[in-house]
Amino acid sequence: MKVTLSWLNEFAAFGDDPHHIGAHLTQLGMAVEEIIAINRPVDGVVVAKVLARAKHPNADKIGIVHVDRGDGQSLQICCGAFNMQPGDLVALATIGTVMPDGRNIQQGTMRGELSNGMLCSQREIGVGHEDSGIWILPPNLELGSSPWVGAGLLPDYVFDLDLTRNRPETWGVVGIARDLAARLGLPFTVPGSGVAQSPTVISAAVHIAAPDRCGRFTSSVITGIEVGPSAPWMADRLVAVGMRSISNVVDVTNYVMLERNQPSHAYDLDTLGGASFVVRLARANERLVTLDGVDHELDPDDLLICDGADQAIGLAGVMGGLTTEITDATTTVALEVAWFQPAGIQRATVRHGLRSEASIRFERGVDPLGCDAVVSRIVELLQETCPALQLVAGQVDSRGNMPDTTSVDVRIERVNAVLGTALAQAAIGPLLQPIGFTVDGARVTVPSWRPDCTTEIEVIEEIARQYGYDKIVPSVPSSPLHGRLSAHQKDRRAVRQVLLGLGCDEAMPNPWLGVDDHARAGLASLGEPVAITNPMTVDEAVLRGSLLPGLLKAVAYNEGHRALGVAFFEIGRVVRRGEIGAVLPAEHERLSVVLAGAQAPAAVEVWNELVVALGIKGARLQQALHPGMHPGRSATIFAAGRPVGAVGEVHPDALDAFSVSERVAWLDLDLDALLASPHGAMAYKPVRRYPSSDLDLAFVTPDKVSAEQLAGALRKASGELLVDVSLFDVFRGPSMPSAHRSLAYRLRLQAADRTLSETELASLQLSCIAGAAKLGATLR
Amino acid sequence: MPDLIDEVRLAGSDASSRLTAASTVDELKLLGGELLGKQGLAGFKARLGQLDPQARKTAGQAVNEAVAAAQHAHDTRLIELRTLERAATLAAERLDLTEVVTRPTRGHAHLVTQVWERLEDVFVGLGFTVAEGLEVETDFHNFEALGMGPGHPARSMWDTLFVDWGAPGSTVLRTHTSPVQIRTMQSTQPPIYIIAPGRVFRRDTPDATHMPVFHQIEGLVVDRGITMGHLAGTIQAFTEAFFGPGFNSRLRPSYFPFTEPSAEFDIQRPDGSWIELGGCGMVHPDVLTVCGIDPEEFTGFAFGFGMDRFGLSGWGVDDLREMFTNDIRFVRQF
Repeated sequence: MKVTLSWLNEFAAFGDDPHHIGAHLTQLGMAVEEIIAINRPVDGVVVAKVLARAKHPNADKIGIVHVDRGDGQSLQICCGAFNMQPGDLVALATIGTVMPDGRNIQQGTMRGELSNGMLCSQREIGVGHEDSGIWILPPNLELGSSPWVGAGLLPDYVFDLDLTRNRPETWGVVGIARDLAARLGLPFTVPGSGVAQSPTVISAAVHIAAPDRCGRFTSSVITGIEVGPSAPWMADRLVAVGMRSISNVVDVTNYVMLERNQPSHAYDLDTLGGASFVVRLARANERLVTLDGVDHELDPDDLLICDGADQAIGLAGVMGGLTTEITDATTTVALEVAWFQPAGIQRATVRHGLRSEASIRFERGVDPLGCDAVVSRIVELLQETCPALQLVAGQVDSRGNMPDTTSVDVRIERVNAVLGTALAQAAIGPLLQPIGFTVDGARVTVPSWRPDCTTEIEVIEEIARQYGYDKIVPSVPSSPLHGRLSAHQKDRRAVRQVLLGLGCDEAMPNPWLGVDDHARAGLASLGEPVAITNPMTVDEAVLRGSLLPGLLKAVAYNEGHRALGVAFFEIGRVVRRGEIGAVLPAEHERLSVVLAGAQAPAAVEVWNELVVALGIKGARLQQALHPGMHPGRSATIFAAGRPVGAVGEVHPDALDAFSVSERVAWLDLDLDALLASPHGAMAYKPVRRYPSSDLDLAFVTPDKVSAEQLAGALRKASGELLVDVSLFDVFRGPSMPSAHRSLAYRLRLQAADRTLSETELASLQLSCIAGAAKLGATLR
Repeated sequence: MPDLIDEVRLAGSDASSRLTAASTVDELKLLGGELLGKQGLAGFKARLGQLDPQARKTAGQAVNEAVAAAQHAHDTRLIELRTLERAATLAAERLDLTEVVTRPTRGHAHLVTQVWERLEDVFVGLGFTVAEGLEVETDFHNFEALGMGPGHPARSMWDTLFVDWGAPGSTVLRTHTSPVQIRTMQSTQPPIYIIAPGRVFRRDTPDATHMPVFHQIEGLVVDRGITMGHLAGTIQAFTEAFFGPGFNSRLRPSYFPFTEPSAEFDIQRPDGSWIELGGCGMVHPDVLTVCGIDPEEFTGFAFGFGMDRFGLSGWGVDDLREMFTNDIRFVRQF
C-alpha cells in the first residue's frame, strides 16, 4: 500500500517531515519500505509552446520541432517523439539543465541539425511513469514558467508500506491517518461530505438472495455523469500511489477505495437489465466473462452480482463483468457500495486466481457501517468534473446478515501480565478511544472497521501498539532450568569434529531428489521414495531415503570442476516409508561419509576413528551385501550386537549412473541407532607395570574367514593376558593355497602381577594356534 | 734417574701435542688408547719398580704429571672436536622449511553449521535447551495448532510443499520449526525454555537471498509471569551476545496468527543502520490451550529467524545459492 504525505495531511496536521512520520508508521506496525520524493521540479525545465513541426532532412526517427519558450523566439529542437502538435504546451529542458538521471543538456547537432534543448517525457523529469511520448501540458500555462506549478504538481512524498495480514483498516488512507494521529496525539477528523440529494426519485432495487454472504448492499443512482479525464491533482495522486488514471468515474471510485478502504462499482443504469440488482450464488454450469476478458466457469460457492433479469454482471467483491461497464456515453450510473463476507471472497479469489484491489480489501473486511459516507465522498469528488451531477433520492440499503458489534471485557491485570507494564484501568481509554474503540470500565467496544479484533488478547495488542512497543521495559527472564545440549547433540558435534579432523568437508546437498535417483544409486530396495505433491521441479520430486545420491552429485560436481579426491560427510535426515498406516513416514538422522578416489578400507579407517572417539561398545564388522555398495567390498556395522550401518565402497554401477569416475569409499550410519547404542564412559583399567611380551603369529587363512573373525579367535584364546592384537601383514600370492591368504598378527601379552614366563607364553601360543585351527587357519 | 724422567717428560709432551692435534673424535679415541694406555704413558709405571724408593717417588710424580697433562689435552680436544662435529652436523642438516607446501588436510564445517552452533551456544548460555523435531510434519502441527485451521487466510504467508502421505493435504514439509514448539508444549508442562533450530522448506524459487530449503531457529519460553518485557529483554540479550557490544534491538508491531501481540524484531548496528531479523510475540492463548497448557496460569513468548543469511553477512558471501553447491573451492574457504 502506498500513501502520500499530502493525502495523510488531509486528516490531521502531521507536518512535513517524512522521516519523522515514517518512523512512527513503522512503530505502529505499518513498516515503511521506502520513502519516495515526487514532483521535484527540475531547474531549467520550462513550459514551451510548439510552433511548428518538420521532418528531419537526414533521419526518419528524429523530427524537428520549433518551440517558443516565452521570449517570442523560435527555437529549433530535435526530438525523437512525434506526439505533439502545433499549439501544444510541452516541457522544455533548456541548455544547461541537469536532468534527474545526471545528463547535462547541451546545445548540439543531431545528424546535422541544430538542437537547442530537449523536450521531455513525464518519466524523464520524474513526473509519474509515462514514457510513451512528450509530456503534453494542460493549456493556458504561462510560457517560460515551471510546468510543475502550472500542472498543480506539488512536491510530495510517497510512503511504500508493508501492511500486515490483520488490520484491514490500514488499506485505506483514513485508517492509516487515524492510527498515526492517535500515536502522535493529534486531532483527527474525516471531513464530512454534505451532499444534497435531488428531489427526483430513481431507485435501482436490490434483492439479496444469499444473506450469509452479502451483509449489506447499497445502490445509489447518480445522474448527470460526463465521462472524461480526471482533475490533474487526482490523476497525479493516483499515479503517485501506483494506479493508472483511466477516467473521472473510474478514478473517483478508485480514489475513494484507497482513501476509505471501501471498493465500489459503478454500473451504467441504462444498460443494467431490469434496472435492479440481485445478489445470489452461482448456479451449476453458469459462466461469466470478467472485465479482464477472462471467461470463468463458476462454482456454486461463487457469489454473483446479477441484474434484474438475473444475468450475472460481476463476481461479487472481486471483479465486474464486461457487459455493464460504463462507457464514454454513460450519463446515469447505479453505484454499488457493499459488504461481503470476507472468507467467501477469499475462496473466490483462490478459486479463480483473481486478485484485485477490491478483493484484497473485501477479503480482509471493510467497514459494514461505512457505505453512506463513501457514497457521499464519491459524489462530492465527481462533482468537480461533472458540474451537472446529482445524487438522486431513492437510495436502496438492502441488508443481509451483518456482523455484530463486538464488545470485549479487558482485564487490566491481564494487560499488565501480558505486556509487563503497570498500566492503570484509566489509562486504557485514552489509548484506545482515538482509534475508535469505546471504553466503559473494563468493557471495550470495537469499531466496525476492526473485524480482526474480537478477543481480549487482540485488544491487548491494540493497547500495546498505541502505548508503544518501544516503551515496554526489557528484562531477561531467569530460566529455572539449566541451558545445555543433550547427549545426542554433544555426540553429534563430536562426530563432526572427528570427521573434520580426518580431513572430511561438510556437504549440504539438496535433500530433494529426482524420481529415479534412488534406483540409479542402486537403492531401489529401500522402497518407493516418499514424494512431494507439488514439487518445484522434476529433479526435486521426492524426499531422500539415503544421503548417498546427494553426496554422489556433490562428488560429480567437483570432478566436473577438476577437483578429484574430495572427502565429504553429511549429517542429515532421511525419510522412508516405514510402517504402513503410520501418521507420518519414518524419519531418521543419518551420517554418510564419501571418500572419492579411495577404496573401501579408507572408509573402515574412518569408522574405526569414530569407534575410538565415541567409545562405541561392541563395534564389529560383518561382510554382507548392502544396497548401493560394491558386492565384494561391503560390510554391516554392528554396535553392541545391533546393526547401525554399513561400510564399503560405492557400487561401480551407481558411480556410472552419477558420472563419477573415481572409486568412492562410503561409510553410511544410522546416527539415531548408533548414538542409542552403548558408548562413551570409558572405564579405567590399571596400567600393567610388569614387562610385556609380543607374540607374532601368521596364519594361512581361508578367504571366507574374515580377519575380524580370526582376531576374535586369538582374543578369546589369549584371554585376559592380551592387551592388544594387531594385524600387521596380509599376504596373498602363489605360495598360498588357493582361496587363502596369510594374516600376520602381533599379540602383546602382559600380566598385571608378574612377568610372563617362557612356559606361559608357549602355552598361550598353543592355545592361539588351536583357536585359529577351529576356523581352518593354520600356522604359516 | 734423570733419564727416565726426561723420557717421561718427552713422551708426555709428545702425547699431549699429538692428542691436541687429533682431527676427529675417532682419531682422538684411538690416540688416547695408544698414548695413555700401557703401550704409552701408563707403561712407564711398570718401569718404576726398578728404581730406589726416592727416585721412584720423583719419577712416579713425573709420570703422574705427564699422564694428567695428556689426559687433560685429550679431554679438552674431545670437547672441541664434539662441538665442531655437532656444528658440522647441524650445518649439514639445514632444511628450507618454506619448501613445505602440503595442503592442510583439516576438513571444513558448512557455514550453516558454523552459524547454527554459535547460535545454540549463545542460547544455551541464556538457559535454553535445544529441541529438535521432524522435517515432514502433519498439517495439524505445522498450521492448525498454530491458529491456522484449513482455509485460514494467513496460510498464504507460507508457500507450502505438501508430501504425498495420508489424506491429501494432511502432510507437509514443515514451513517453520514451530511444530517443534507445539510438540514440546504437548509433551512438557512449563517451565519451557527451548530453542528449535532446523531445516525448513518453502516453495520459493531460489535466488540470491531465498532458498526453498533453508534453516531457521525459533525460541519458546512458557512459564508463570512471562511478559512481553521478557521477550524484549531476551532479544536484547541475544543481540549483545551474538552480535557483540554496540548492537541494539527493537520490537515493532506485526502479525502472526500464533502470537498476540506480534512483533518483528530488528537489530541496530553500531553505525545506526537496521537489519530486519525475524518475527516474535507473546504465544497466543489459543495455542497454549491446544497444547494443554492453561493460558491463565502460564504465559509465554516465541521468536524465530533464518540462519542462512548469517552465512552471507558473516563472511561476505553475496549469494545464498553458493552455500549449497558443495563446491570445495567454496567450502574450503571457511
